[in-house]
Amino acid sequence: MNLMAKELDSALTEKISVRDLNFYYGSTLALKNITLPLYEREVTSFIGPSGCGKSTLLRVMNRMYDLYPNQRAEGEVLLDGENLLSPKQDLNLLRSRVGMVFQKPTPFPMTIYENIAFGLRLYERLPKSETDARVETALQKAALWAEVKDKLHTSGLSLSGGQQQRLCIARTIAIRPEVILFDEPCSALDPISTARIEATIDELKNEFTIAIVTHNMQQAARVSQHTAFMYLGELVEFGDTKIIFMNPSDRRTQDYITGRFG
Amino acid sequence: MNEHTVKSYEDEFKLLDRRIAQMGGYAEKLLVQAMNALERRDPKLAENAVASDEMIDQLERDLQEQVIVMIAKRQPLANDLRHIMTVLKIAGDLERIGDLAKNIAKRALAVAGESWPKPLMTGMRHMTEMVQTQLKDVLDALASLDPEKAMKVWRSDQQVDAMYNSLFRELLTYMMEDPRNIGLCTHFLFGAKNIERIGDHTTNIAENVYYLVHGVPIADDRPKGDRTSSTLITPGQ
Repeated sequence: MNLMAKELDSALTEKISVRDLNFYYGSTLALKNITLPLYEREVTSFIGPSGCGKSTLLRVMNRMYDLYPNQRAEGEVLLDGENLLSPKQDLNLLRSRVGMVFQKPTPFPMTIYENIAFGLRLYERLPKSETDARVETALQKAALWAEVKDKLHTSGLSLSGGQQQRLCIARTIAIRPEVILFDEPCSALDPISTARIEATIDELKNEFTIAIVTHNMQQAARVSQHTAFMYLGELVEFGDTKIIFMNPSDRRTQDYITGRFG
Repeated sequence: MNEHTVKSYEDEFKLLDRRIAQMGGYAEKLLVQAMNALERRDPKLAENAVASDEMIDQLERDLQEQVIVMIAKRQPLANDLRHIMTVLKIAGDLERIGDLAKNIAKRALAVAGESWPKPLMTGMRHMTEMVQTQLKDVLDALASLDPEKAMKVWRSDQQVDAMYNSLFRELLTYMMEDPRNIGLCTHFLFGAKNIERIGDHTTNIAENVYYLVHGVPIADDRPKGDRTSSTLITPGQ
């Protein structure tokens, strides 16, 4: 079984490669020497107790932390082999390639249509018909089209929480990113909305590389192919999701996923 | 091992372990009762064996229900999930062991009026003792989560198979010597087969204990010694 997993791994391409990454909030070291891959067209989940650094790691992957003073990263994060931590990195371009969906749905206070078209216009100049088509495709991929196609010009804020979250996913995929980062995308949603988001993630992985931070073990086990367990800023264990959840090598991983943690 | 943060979850595991230990205890007792019933041709002992089997069946039902509720409520992972699943499978093996032993006890009633050559019972008794030791050891291995001990049981099943092979030949010989032995010997043959099957179930349990601890199945193929399915003795041989 382990052998097969390894053979499969060797056939995977690393879309993002995190290498010896250290991250500081001021003088506090929040990520310690992290090295791991995000495989192309796969879902990688990040689990660990609050404060373990998993969201921080996600925020490094599209340089979200650049918005804040006193935060800095050392090491390398390669996107298709290019170090995205380089000062020469164009941040707008990076964020169009690496999109993010947050814990709480964050629709803009505008119509459903505009929520998606707004982002498109930032990056591309498209004729109206083309924009319409892109909005529709994005909503379809986010499994929201059927529910909103007759009310595209009502406010995005009128949608339910689960629909708002799928609107945010549609907004992210409309600009055709290569990687999507999900930071606890279902923690504010009911089980049915959660199932819809998971179904959407299953679909999206055929096209995108996906990273997801979640506190829900079963969700990580369901949606991801690889799982990273982090604790106190360190990467404790990374591997095939099936192995991490059935037979992890590190005692701390086992204690965490079985609810025996300190 | 660290305890679960949720104490009631920890208590559920303790109850589960207690139930499987109890089932194991009844299965051991039943095997002894069954053999004594056969040896002494004692209907009272046979009835006791049937009653013990009912206890085992009830415990298995309780355990099954508990497992289903635990999975639904706790969504166990890693060693917890292996723990729950292997205990469920082991309960199935113990239930089968109970049935097989009960079947031996019932044969005691069928052969109550017969007399038989003494060496025949010696072979049966010896084989039963071997299987009793296996069952006891594997239940100890489960209680102490000792995969080495489980492996020892797993390997020693071959001796039970060898014993069964020789008993099989012996019984065929008695039948050929005197057709009046056929009825009795057939019952003994089934009895011996049941004991051999109980041995197989103890090796199943051993495999599950190993898996529970290590998270991977035993890598080797089990050495198998039961060759009776291809054995034929013809008169004059």
